[in-house]
Amino acid sequence: MRRELSVLIMIILAIFLFIMAAGFTFGSPLETDMDDYFIMNGQEQIATNNIVTTIVFDYRGFDTLGESTVLFTAVIGVALMFRMIVRGDSDENE
Amino acid sequence: MLWNLPYIVVVLLAIIGLATILLKRNLIKIFLGVSILTSAVNLFIIVLGYRENSIAPIYTYAPSLNMALPTPQALCLTSIVIGVATSALMLSFAVIIHRYYGTVNVDEIRELKE
Amino acid sequence: MRMSKIVRFCADMLYPAIVIFGLYVIMHGHITPGGGFQGGAVVATAAALVIVAYSYEEIQGMLSKFLLQIQESAGLVMFAGVALIAIGLGTTFFYNYLANSGLLFGMSVPFGPNPGELNTGGFLPLMNIAVGIEVWGGLAIVILYLLSGIPKEGT
Repeated sequence: MRRELSVLIMIILAIFLFIMAAGFTFGSPLETDMDDYFIMNGQEQIATNNIVTTIVFDYRGFDTLGESTVLFTAVIGVALMFRMIVRGDSDENE
Repeated sequence: MLWNLPYIVVVLLAIIGLATILLKRNLIKIFLGVSILTSAVNLFIIVLGYRENSIAPIYTYAPSLNMALPTPQALCLTSIVIGVATSALMLSFAVIIHRYYGTVNVDEIRELKE
Repeated sequence: MRMSKIVRFCADMLYPAIVIFGLYVIMHGHITPGGGFQGGAVVATAAALVIVAYSYEEIQGMLSKFLLQIQESAGLVMFAGVALIAIGLGTTFFYNYLANSGLLFGMSVPFGPNPGELNTGGFLPLMNIAVGIEVWGGLAIVILYLLSGIPKEGT
């Protein structure tokens, strides 16, 4: 019963998404003002050839700070869980 | 339909990921479905920022100045790293669950809990 | 369960090459495609190669979990520290105080396609190095811990 319900929901969602996908046009984004500004002024302001690096580390530096924190937290979580396992087995000296 | 083929691929990937999450009973396969869904979102972000006949937004020996939008690529970079972090966390959850319950089947785990 | 001698020899030979390629990708992140995350992932691949070729007991002598954790934390602290220096200089957080200044990484770039100069970019190369160190340590330590979850043979 639950399986059939999920299949039904997925079919409806697929039809909806396909109708939406047919409405997009590939290769011509509508709003490009901000990106044109980055492309035109990034080299002069940050003195870098790679505009993607400019955005990742300078214009959107806070994003990258949060992302590094997420990676750090995930690694800490993995370390905590596996330490729990190793302690529980007690056949491995950490 | 061929002019927006990338969007069709995005929808197909998203549906495959959702079907894997909803219909499979193995935890590892569910986590693979989450990864496929993440890939669909990344592809959608990248496809949104493509201009016709454009190059990557890097000025070193650039053949032309018609460049793709850089902001979606930067956001996609963030998204990829967060996807790696979440998949590492999910796989270690799977290892823990297999240690404690002896199985990674969701139904069996639900029965064992009671 | 270590692999055969041929595999171990090839892993030994490939390890420095992969590490140097990853460091190249990190270091040239501001003029060529690449950057801290990609280069860090490449270097972590070298760690994964050695882990595949050798057994877990031998790996523990080569890659220390403690040192990798220190390395990851140092990357995050360096990332935040380089951004915090800007406050000490009287500007805003994440202000690029080194760009166009003539100091380290301080050369300016003419507009348009150019061959690329390593000594440019302000603090972006420092950020790339910090993030590369962090991703290197983080991914290597995740692989090491996932390997330590495998039960021993015979138990």
